[in-house]
Amino acid sequence: MSASDTDAMRRSQGEPAPLSAITLNVNDQVRRLEVDPRTSLLDALREQLRMSGTKKGCDHGQCGACTVLINGRRVNSCLTLAVMHEDDEIVTIEGLGDPDHLGPVQRAFLERDGFQCGYCTPGQICSAVGMLAEVAAGWPSHATAEVAAPRITLTDDEIRERMSGNICRCAAYPNIVAAIRDSAERGPG
Amino acid sequence: MRSFTYERATDTQAAVTAVARSGAKFISGGTNLLDLMKLDIEDPSHLVDISRLPLRDIEELPDGGLRIGAQTRNSDVAADSRVRTRYPVLSEALVSGASGQLRNKASTGGNLLQRTRCPYFYDTAAGCNKRNPGSGCAAIGGFNRIHAILGAGDSCIATHPSDMAVAMAALDAEIELLGADGSVRRVAITDFYRLPGDTPQIETVLAPAEMITAVALPSPPPGRQIYRKVRDRASYEFALVSVAAIVSADQGTIREARVAFGGVAHKPWRSIEAEGALTGRPATMATYRDAAEAAMRDAVGQGDNDFKIELARRTLCRTLAQAARAS
Repeated sequence: MSASDTDAMRRSQGEPAPLSAITLNVNDQVRRLEVDPRTSLLDALREQLRMSGTKKGCDHGQCGACTVLINGRRVNSCLTLAVMHEDDEIVTIEGLGDPDHLGPVQRAFLERDGFQCGYCTPGQICSAVGMLAEVAAGWPSHATAEVAAPRITLTDDEIRERMSGNICRCAAYPNIVAAIRDSAERGPG
Repeated sequence: MRSFTYERATDTQAAVTAVARSGAKFISGGTNLLDLMKLDIEDPSHLVDISRLPLRDIEELPDGGLRIGAQTRNSDVAADSRVRTRYPVLSEALVSGASGQLRNKASTGGNLLQRTRCPYFYDTAAGCNKRNPGSGCAAIGGFNRIHAILGAGDSCIATHPSDMAVAMAALDAEIELLGADGSVRRVAITDFYRLPGDTPQIETVLAPAEMITAVALPSPPPGRQIYRKVRDRASYEFALVSVAAIVSADQGTIREARVAFGGVAHKPWRSIEAEGALTGRPATMATYRDAAEAAMRDAVGQGDNDFKIELARRTLCRTLAQAARAS
């Protein structure tokens, strides 16, 4: 029987695929785990690595609560598979600081009161960190008048457009924008 | 989500060989496929991960064009300085779509192959000839505000959701394909997509196991390039209507024009009719209005989406006026 025949039989009987042993690099720590191939990176972080900072909102890439940084870039961890991210550097909200040593964007959110219930906040902060790096690299956005312009002026319109993948149902948006504006003005670190 | 097995492809030929088995699919960014798998709309038994294949470069072509590797992320294409200066319409289209997080994940090839956002395609309790051939089309006679006005039929009135593909249609892009037998072919983007006809489940001319390896852009046409997108929200929303226009005008006369629409059909809709009504004519609103009439001559509303016909005309006029002013 071929490998695909075996898979088809297993599948028709409703059995899961064999677990995959994978290694993930999360917040500079090497973590070994066994996952069903279906496991999203989000579920691997929360349910297996017991890191509950990254939040599950819609689980369909629409709300941004699950945003993490992979190789420095912000992505929705709900819409990618854990097995696809061996050898990648994953940074979650836990990797950006802790209560005694807050990261600069975390501190700005506190100072500006950039949240109410706080559920979207880890995703907002990870997204903001990734977004500020994109601006520093000169990436254009839909709010950029000339996409060919070599430098980006981070207006409030730019911040709102670039953060549109993060929903806040408490509508703390004005203070989120203010926190990100402060972070940008202070620069990295 | 149904269970599946997973493998990471090591080279392009191994990828097309691996995906030839029954029930197998490619995965790259996964932003559309995994969403659909969670909803039991897509149901692969095996995933071949092609995201790390060496198809992530944007290379110069001898004719002055660019070859964009299929695994290049949407955000990398949008931010590439050559794309921004020579093909700004493509950069503008890319940054008008999805969110920053999704653009960081989504690949060029995956963007081309993303499925419609028709709500009846997503509702597994509804009839949908695209999801379940022969089950009917609940959008016809249903809530069809976002649906097609051009090229639709009795079987399906879904639209193609990509912004990127609309800009590529205006730029005469060619899709480079690798077959399971190692053969390579190039297909013009307007020929790559199919209209629904009686088989809306077949959306492109991709052969089984064939893989998109690159998109080739010929050297940019003369003139000012603009992408304008009209939607229900200011950001992170699909187009009701979008227009990619490239206009070259000289002393008040249009020398050359390219027009493509998004959000109006099963495929990015290049309008040769509008282009014919523009070439050699004065760069005036009367000309743009004629072009808009020509573009929408065969348009058919479904009720809720009747407004799109006039919206498409006006969006085209405004975009042409802006492009001609600047060219």
